[in-house]
Amino acid sequence: MSAGAVQTSGTEVLRPHAEHAFAAELAALAAQDDRPRPDRWRLSPWAVALYLRGGTLPDGTVITPKYVGPRRVVEVAVSTLATDRALLLLGLPGTAKTWVSEHLAAAVSGDSTLLVQGTAGTPEEAIRYGWNYARLLAHGPDRDALVPSPVMRAMAEGMTARVEELTRIPADVQDTLITILSEKTLPIPELGQEVQAVRGFNLIATANDRDRGVNELSSALRRRFNTVVLPLPESAEAEVDIVTRRVDQIGRSLDLPSAPDGTDEIRRVVTVFRELRDGMTSDGRTKVKSPSGTLSTAEAISVVTGGLALSAHFGDGVLRPGDVAAGVLGAVVRDPGTDRVVWQEYLETVVRERDGWQDFYRACREVSV
Amino acid sequence: MAGTDRAGSGGSGGPGGTGEPGGWLSLLGVRHHGPGSARAVRAALEAARPGVVLVEGPPEADALIPLAADEDMRPPVALLAHAVDEPGRSAFWPLAEFSPEWVAVRWALEHGVPARFIDLPAAHTLAWRVADEETGETTGEADEEVTGQGDGREEGDVPGAASLDVRGDPLAVLAAAAGHDDPERWWEDVIEHRGPGEGDVFAPFTALEEAMTALRETEEGGEGDTAHDRDLVREAYMRLQVRAARREFAEGVAVVCGAWHVPALRRRAAVAADRALVKGLPRTKVDMTWVPWTHRRLSRAGGYGAGIESPGWYGHLFAAVDRPVERWLTRVAGLLREEGRTVSPAHVIEAARLAGALAAIRGRPLAGLSETTDAVRAVLCDGSDVPLALVHDRLVVGDVLGEVPAGAPAVPLQRDLTRIQRRLRLRPEAAERELELDLRKETDTGRSRLLHRLRLLGVGWGEPTASRSTGTFRETWRLRWEPELSVRVAEAGVWGTTVLAAATARAEADAVTARGLAEVTALAERCLLAELPEALTPVMRILADRAALDTDVGHLAEALPALVRSLRYGDVRGTDTGALAEVAAGLAERVFVGLPAACAALDADAAEEMRRHVDSVHTAVGLLGDAPAPGHGDLRSRWRAVLRTLSARDAVPGIVRGRAVRLLLDDGELAPDEAARIMGLVLSPGTAPADAAAWIEGFVGGGSGGGMLLLHDERLLTLIDAWLTGVPADAFTDVLPLLRRTFSAYEPGVRRSVGELVRRGPEARGSVTTAGSGIPGFAAGLDTARADAVLPVIRLLLGRDPAPDDNDLVGVGT
Repeated sequence: MSAGAVQTSGTEVLRPHAEHAFAAELAALAAQDDRPRPDRWRLSPWAVALYLRGGTLPDGTVITPKYVGPRRVVEVAVSTLATDRALLLLGLPGTAKTWVSEHLAAAVSGDSTLLVQGTAGTPEEAIRYGWNYARLLAHGPDRDALVPSPVMRAMAEGMTARVEELTRIPADVQDTLITILSEKTLPIPELGQEVQAVRGFNLIATANDRDRGVNELSSALRRRFNTVVLPLPESAEAEVDIVTRRVDQIGRSLDLPSAPDGTDEIRRVVTVFRELRDGMTSDGRTKVKSPSGTLSTAEAISVVTGGLALSAHFGDGVLRPGDVAAGVLGAVVRDPGTDRVVWQEYLETVVRERDGWQDFYRACREVSV
Repeated sequence: MAGTDRAGSGGSGGPGGTGEPGGWLSLLGVRHHGPGSARAVRAALEAARPGVVLVEGPPEADALIPLAADEDMRPPVALLAHAVDEPGRSAFWPLAEFSPEWVAVRWALEHGVPARFIDLPAAHTLAWRVADEETGETTGEADEEVTGQGDGREEGDVPGAASLDVRGDPLAVLAAAAGHDDPERWWEDVIEHRGPGEGDVFAPFTALEEAMTALRETEEGGEGDTAHDRDLVREAYMRLQVRAARREFAEGVAVVCGAWHVPALRRRAAVAADRALVKGLPRTKVDMTWVPWTHRRLSRAGGYGAGIESPGWYGHLFAAVDRPVERWLTRVAGLLREEGRTVSPAHVIEAARLAGALAAIRGRPLAGLSETTDAVRAVLCDGSDVPLALVHDRLVVGDVLGEVPAGAPAVPLQRDLTRIQRRLRLRPEAAERELELDLRKETDTGRSRLLHRLRLLGVGWGEPTASRSTGTFRETWRLRWEPELSVRVAEAGVWGTTVLAAATARAEADAVTARGLAEVTALAERCLLAELPEALTPVMRILADRAALDTDVGHLAEALPALVRSLRYGDVRGTDTGALAEVAAGLAERVFVGLPAACAALDADAAEEMRRHVDSVHTAVGLLGDAPAPGHGDLRSRWRAVLRTLSARDAVPGIVRGRAVRLLLDDGELAPDEAARIMGLVLSPGTAPADAAAWIEGFVGGGSGGGMLLLHDERLLTLIDAWLTGVPADAFTDVLPLLRRTFSAYEPGVRRSVGELVRRGPEARGSVTTAGSGIPGFAAGLDTARADAVLPVIRLLLGRDPAPDDNDLVGVGT
């Protein structure tokens, strides 16, 4: 955890940090960035936006796009950090929250590792500081016995700290952030000291806003953040693309046979998910009710992967309507009372009359009964 | 100073060429409805002090200009031109407070300077449209075309008016070329914040004219379409007007027109050539008036709108003295607070900072609407688009409603109404009278239609009353024309220029704002009655949407009978009811899906309510089944499947289950034996007595002729009898009220017969059944003498002669 941790070179690790993977791009940007930079920023806000959105530099260096969603999202996020406000990225699973936060931290501070992973068991020490008890007992309370959290280090060094899955953290622990974000200080009452944030410190948090069983942010904490909602893929094509790509990756790691004829089913799953999520059919002519589940892209991926496994192990290896029907039903019907009606209504009013969907309709009827 | 040619200021001269007499000419090219343009025009007029202000617009409205100074006149308003003989043919020129044209007219009125409209008369533009329709060249949707202000948007018949129509909004094209999404922001950024500061009020116009000249050069090459040709005619006409004005007013002429036209007005063209262009144009007789307008209508691209997406924001930009972004955010915060969100001044500060930072990242000198909106979303709305939609609706578009002084000429709607009244010989009279209509007659149908349409428009001239006749082809109305109804008609003028168009527009708007499903169904019914086929389509779409989102099966079940009723009205009136049948079938399907789940866990009152719903849906499906919409298969058989599910599910309340069994039995779907088996099952000791009693109520209760059923089928009565005697004493008092309700609703005769049967006991009844001699509970055999005694009366009733063949009448008695 400390700065002296093992430094691994980019080639050996399974997944290098953003600042290592894109070190060349960041260096090129920094070299040619002549716009004013806020204190301790590696790049100007404008260059950070360019790093995320992608583009070409005057000298011909190509910056690959990191985030392909709406331009507004990136601009608001970067402006928020530039105005010294904490940033809260909200969105469903699979909308690239973590990805965006990592790249923002890498571009702004050159370090995306000051990270607190939020879980139901995240203690206050993970956000404030802990103690090295051996030292504490041996030498009594002093700064050397203190084990700083990533947030504390970011404050002291003027870096960007990241908190993942903020809403998973218990509410009382969440509220530790209030003082840090409003007073920009972290008091250490045990020593009668405090750590004051230096210029350049900021915090990016990510959270899943529609998941069940989350700890809602208190309004006091919420007020400290500018909120950016990362939208779902804009077009069905884009979503089919994402699902296909991810399914392919997962399938390879699970040694599932790739299914060349499966794109029809993938398209179908994505269409069903999108229509139920948007509350409207894709032709925009009929409204449908939305179930209580989130129906995120990530769930579509898992439905398709599950279907692939079914067809590979129990079927003929081709992804068929019957393989995904049960998965779709499970994803849609989260609340057996209301969601079942929603699903049946959708089946009867939309799926039944759609050309080429008869097989899917029958398969769904079979698993629904 | 290319924007002004002051007399003797140099060699550039006026458009009339050398030797043309008259004062200097100042051409102020504007962006229609642009607040920046409006401010610039005001500054330019203040500086130039012209002797006359010429404004792009229909010259027929010259007489109406003084009304603009009336204290009761509040923009947004629109100039409305309509053909005298055909009020439906009309065009609008909307003007908002921030429209440069409005500012110019107001400036002229305030300074006692004459103002004139110099565009081609509406008499010609409207006549052009007639010609287009005759040749079928137009792509316009309806008679009443969009008429934005001035060029481009004004012609509804511009083929393929795309978003980047150079003519339509040349500034938007320039702004897009510069990478800006908001033309108004571009104008502010590039034109207003540039140049030698406050010094030269004409500088923006000069710059714009240069840009337009360049744009027109690239544009002028190939196009030879109608719209382009007509532009040339309009510009020739304007040139002639400008020339005349210059001759008349030596103290100088200011022209406020679309920036696109400036190079054309500047161009030297021979007078004779211009005259030749405007000669022999078709014309029609036109009337003009002011009508009130709303921001919402300005924002609509179609219909009567002007295609401005953010009239509220523009109005704010125009009205704000300084710091527009901070003032705007404060207003947003105020609105959100009213709606119960906690918004602190600290929020507003952060939003303003974020907007500023965003503007810097996007390379703009000042934050604009898109930056402030992004900031509001991120800081004030927690990233959510829901409160943002409210901000958009209430502030960015805005609720502003214009007003027109009472002295403005009558709206065409009134004329149209008068014409229809004359044609239908239906005089507006103050005295109340009753009107009986026979819908089989053409005039009466017309009258009914008119009255229904006026009712939709809130002009309560006639109230429908209960008809003395029961036929569906009769209607009775109570008519009374109150003086304030004229005011109502004037108010309804915003909706359209004819009764038909206005009622259609109103019905559509009502459908959008309707609260419940039932409201929309009622509206659909009224649309049918008023014969508004064009309104019916959107109303049906909204109905389908509402039905899709309504989670209460009760609402759906309530809406269905009304809809089916409408279907039948539609048949009477010969309307096309295909869409209606489709929606009704869709509604029925949703009821089918939702009903079983909705029947679970109901208390007694809710169960009774649900039984009524089941009954009404059953009737509706019966009627609907005659004409099933394509793609919906056999609704009746699906409904029966639902009834079966209901009857078999234990969680469904007894009363509903009983009803379902009964409906199936009546339809012949369930054999009497099967019904008896189910009844035996329900009445077996395992069932709670209260539930069983409720089942009986559902099965044979109410006015459903259940008593006769019991009389006819001995077994059922035996089952009830056996069950009742088996009910434990303590439960008996609980089921007694229910049973009393069930049986007290029977006709006295039936009740007595049931009683007699029960008194006779099961053994006696058994013997009766074996005798097989007709109705149980009566004498064992048929008493022919008593039966014959009835025959003469029946003959009288049927109006038959006492014929010798008595036998077929005897058959009736059995």
